[in-house]
Amino acid sequence: MIPAAFEYFAPKSLDEALRLVARHGDEAKLLAGGHSLLPLMKLRLSAPRYVVDIGRIRSLRSIREEGGRIVIGALATHHDVEASELLRITCPLLPETAAEIGDVQVRNRGTVGGSLAHADPAADYPAAILALDAEIVATSSSGTRVIPAAEYFVDLLTTQLRPGEILTEVRIPRTGENSGAAYRKLHQPASHFALAGAAARVTLGPGEKIESVAIGITGVAVNAYRATAAEQMLIGKKAAPKLLAEAAEKVTDGIDPLGDIHASAAYRRAAAAVYARRALEAAIARAGGKKA
Amino acid sequence: MATAAKATKYVGKPIKRKEDPRLVQGIAHYVDDLKLVGMLHMGIVRSPYAHARIRSIDTTKARSAPGVVSIVTAEDVDGAIGPVPCGAMIPDMKPAPRPVLATGEARFVGEGVAAVVASDPYALQDAMELVEVDYEPLPVVVDPEKALRKDSPRVHDVHADNAAYRWELEGGDIKKAFKQADRVIKVHLTNQRLIPVAMEGRAVLAQYDRGDNRITLWSASQIPHILRTQIAAMLNFPEYGVYVIVPEVGGGFGSKLNVYSEEALACYLAMKIEKPVKWTEGRRENFLATIHGRDQIADMEFAVKRDGTVLGLRAHFIADLGAYFQLLTPLIPTLTGLMCVGPYKIPNVRAEITGVFTNKMSTDAYRGAGRPEATYFLERGMQAVATELKIDPAELRRKNFPKAKEFPYATATGLIYDSANYQGTLDLALKKSEYKKLRREQAAARKSKTGRLMGIGLGSYVEICALGPSSAMPSGGWESATVRIEPTGRVRVLTGSSPHGQGEETSFSQIAADLLGVTMDDVIIVHGDTSAVPYGIGTFGSRSLAVGGTAMYRAIEKLRDKLLKIAGLVLSEDPANLVLRNKQIVSKRDPKKSMSFADAVGAAYTAKALPPGVEPGLEATHFYEPTNFTFSFGTHIAVVDVDPETGDVKLRKYIAADDCGNVINPLLVEGQLQGGIVQSVGQAYFEEAVYDDQGQLLSGELADYAIPRASDLPWIETYNTVTPTPVNPLGAKGVGEAGTIGATPTLVNAVLDALAPLGVRNIDMPLKRERVWKAIREATAGPSGRPRRAK
Repeated sequence: MIPAAFEYFAPKSLDEALRLVARHGDEAKLLAGGHSLLPLMKLRLSAPRYVVDIGRIRSLRSIREEGGRIVIGALATHHDVEASELLRITCPLLPETAAEIGDVQVRNRGTVGGSLAHADPAADYPAAILALDAEIVATSSSGTRVIPAAEYFVDLLTTQLRPGEILTEVRIPRTGENSGAAYRKLHQPASHFALAGAAARVTLGPGEKIESVAIGITGVAVNAYRATAAEQMLIGKKAAPKLLAEAAEKVTDGIDPLGDIHASAAYRRAAAAVYARRALEAAIARAGGKKA
Repeated sequence: MATAAKATKYVGKPIKRKEDPRLVQGIAHYVDDLKLVGMLHMGIVRSPYAHARIRSIDTTKARSAPGVVSIVTAEDVDGAIGPVPCGAMIPDMKPAPRPVLATGEARFVGEGVAAVVASDPYALQDAMELVEVDYEPLPVVVDPEKALRKDSPRVHDVHADNAAYRWELEGGDIKKAFKQADRVIKVHLTNQRLIPVAMEGRAVLAQYDRGDNRITLWSASQIPHILRTQIAAMLNFPEYGVYVIVPEVGGGFGSKLNVYSEEALACYLAMKIEKPVKWTEGRRENFLATIHGRDQIADMEFAVKRDGTVLGLRAHFIADLGAYFQLLTPLIPTLTGLMCVGPYKIPNVRAEITGVFTNKMSTDAYRGAGRPEATYFLERGMQAVATELKIDPAELRRKNFPKAKEFPYATATGLIYDSANYQGTLDLALKKSEYKKLRREQAAARKSKTGRLMGIGLGSYVEICALGPSSAMPSGGWESATVRIEPTGRVRVLTGSSPHGQGEETSFSQIAADLLGVTMDDVIIVHGDTSAVPYGIGTFGSRSLAVGGTAMYRAIEKLRDKLLKIAGLVLSEDPANLVLRNKQIVSKRDPKKSMSFADAVGAAYTAKALPPGVEPGLEATHFYEPTNFTFSFGTHIAVVDVDPETGDVKLRKYIAADDCGNVINPLLVEGQLQGGIVQSVGQAYFEEAVYDDQGQLLSGELADYAIPRASDLPWIETYNTVTPTPVNPLGAKGVGEAGTIGATPTLVNAVLDALAPLGVRNIDMPLKRERVWKAIREATAGPSGRPRRAK
């Protein structure tokens, strides 16, 4: 549990950090909360030559409203998200999701940006970010780039982020009236990562018909994804229990689920359906003004 | 919690642990906290193969790495360090001694191949990666049943096969029992391999003083004296020159009841280099190379009458021993055999054990050590009997328990159970759980359309505590204590027991203070330092209080008698009329005749006026040899809800009714039970050492090996009855392992009870959600040609 030698930088500004990643490229790793990178380094599964600790860039830790959107700085911790009054009012899905991550110690150190940049296939935020149609802002020395959540997750531990870019913030569009969202998760008992996690956001129209719906699934495949087949089945229809169950069965359509000692592919598929249905039920109840 | 009824100041009271202030403030010292001048760090290069020939080891690059001081392989230590000792002897057992470094072949993933010493842990880690080992992979066998087949690869090619030993035991007339039976009910069960996961891993610090020719070894151990003797033997070094010191130990659960190669290697290297050498285990090493527990497979046949009377039990156990013998590896499964009839009157029994070599880490004592296996198999069997015969499981148990007046009770396996009232703990558990109400709630749930699966599980147990009479133990089963009342009137207790979380400083102080009429603060309990305390056996097998505490009790009795004699002379009173109370020695007859405890102690040391034949000073030693084991017992009840969609088990209520004899400190007893039950939740629902077919440990770290968390648990309710043991003067039996012994089958029986209407009869532990889900699906959908129906 001793990492290989590395050179450590602790830039105080984003510009300084960007210069460092531009200079060191592939040989540099960004350190935020350290909850993914440090264990990998201690097991020597990762041995970066340079570690750029962006944890001191205070400007990246805010959670604010800006131009009708919620903007979450990359260095906001899971606890910041869980405890944010602004998010509880405007986007309760994120505090609900953050509360499911690890334990108190992890939530006090781990960051939104770190989790999304690392893109663990079983992390919790990706499901919520997908369901919220969020945007991920990547900054490099040549400017900023906005990546829609639906395009962001590419493969196992792989995102649209490019070398030299730093994930600086996440932007969440505000949801309208008659909307509700929920995150439901079956945790892996050892790590408490998601064996199957589903975030659902639903807007109800006249006659309780589903006007819009987004479902993000995590823990099941190599990367988090939107369950579009299930979404399409639901749009414009009345949220009847049978329909929800049938739609939930489709959340793994076209997906090749992961299998490991904790859960086989078949079980992940089944659990994803159950938890997607439960997330949808809760989201719909909340959209209708009920507690769930 | 009910306790001993005697009027005492401390004994029986829920006194907070004396140990805790230093522990919670972080001012206590574990081995890894110790730093010596010039200290170097040792690391072990370990085999990545479960079975491989070691063609060559090239240490050239590693030797030239910065900070490297020494590297040794098997070749270097050949003849200098003997193999890891095994204290267990079973007739016709094939030996499997473990060399301190793999010699010729590596036989499990994690076996040490080279030891590297460097100036700091960072240089060490870098250098270890530079040791080049040329391995020739050999065929691997992981599954103990496959290992017994004729065509299996052999773990040790010096042996004809992988059957390490066969052990058998028979009592009564087993053939007749099966002839008389109305039904024979069979179960095939597994008790999976577990990793002990003590919070503190192993840690060793060795120092050599050439002038005195002395080795000082600090180690996180449960058995400092046995370790001293064995290290001296391994290194062929005079035992009087070996000093073992055990500072704070952060849990052991049996994993530190051993002698490990790293302990000998650190001593050897400290001698060779003449600098202190420290080794601190990483968590991955702890998973790979510290002993594992359980790993047994059982076939049990119960010969029963229609009314539920169990006439006989035939049992065959396969015990996976791993590749080598550690200290007690072959012995542990025999405890399963001895305890296989549990708390029931099963007059006819036949038990057989086949111990098997596999390419895995050794199994050895893990909390309960053989008894949790016996209890699990038996209680699952009793559940099957109850289900098959449609008898309430509580009534089935009651029917087969011996009555309280039948004790001492001789079992068909040859043990004498000292004292018990099994009906008492059963009734208490039923009452506290509101069992009948639970069954009504369950009946309603089963009728409702919600699909709610509620289960109620029972488990009864009896377990061997206070190990034990010397005739039954390889090391001897006694314990020692030296008690010194110092001239200022403070009491120093030197005990051969060596705790690793038991709270012995508290419970021993309670007993000593009450016996001498002083306060607990007047008493200090010294343990774990072999140069300070008399030779002792150690802490394991729920023995410290019952055996070590009794040794102290007897030593204090000697001092008490001496003090009273001295006081009798001063007070001109018959010592038989004197009592020790509130730091005074007072006559029961005439309260005016009194003197202070301090003055009496002073008189012993100044020695001006001692009664004839009384030596000066106040020191006494007692080596206590118990006449029998003691047998704690109880009944537990668990209530679960199973999610029919995911197989997720929600444990919502847990009631434990135990009897460990007289209770010295109810807080400590409750702590032991809570902890033990939680460990059982781990085995029942989460934990499993998963090896793939190439012998790689897939659940090799805490991110993949699930131990229970607070959020997985309900409040565990503990209750007790008190049936003192006649075996020792404390009347105390032992409680360190009761939780892990009683709870595991209870927790599994609850889930099976929930699924009983579906016709599910078995799910192997751990009851991971997927296994439960699969059982539900197969039972309800009936696919793949094996439909199951509710009976």
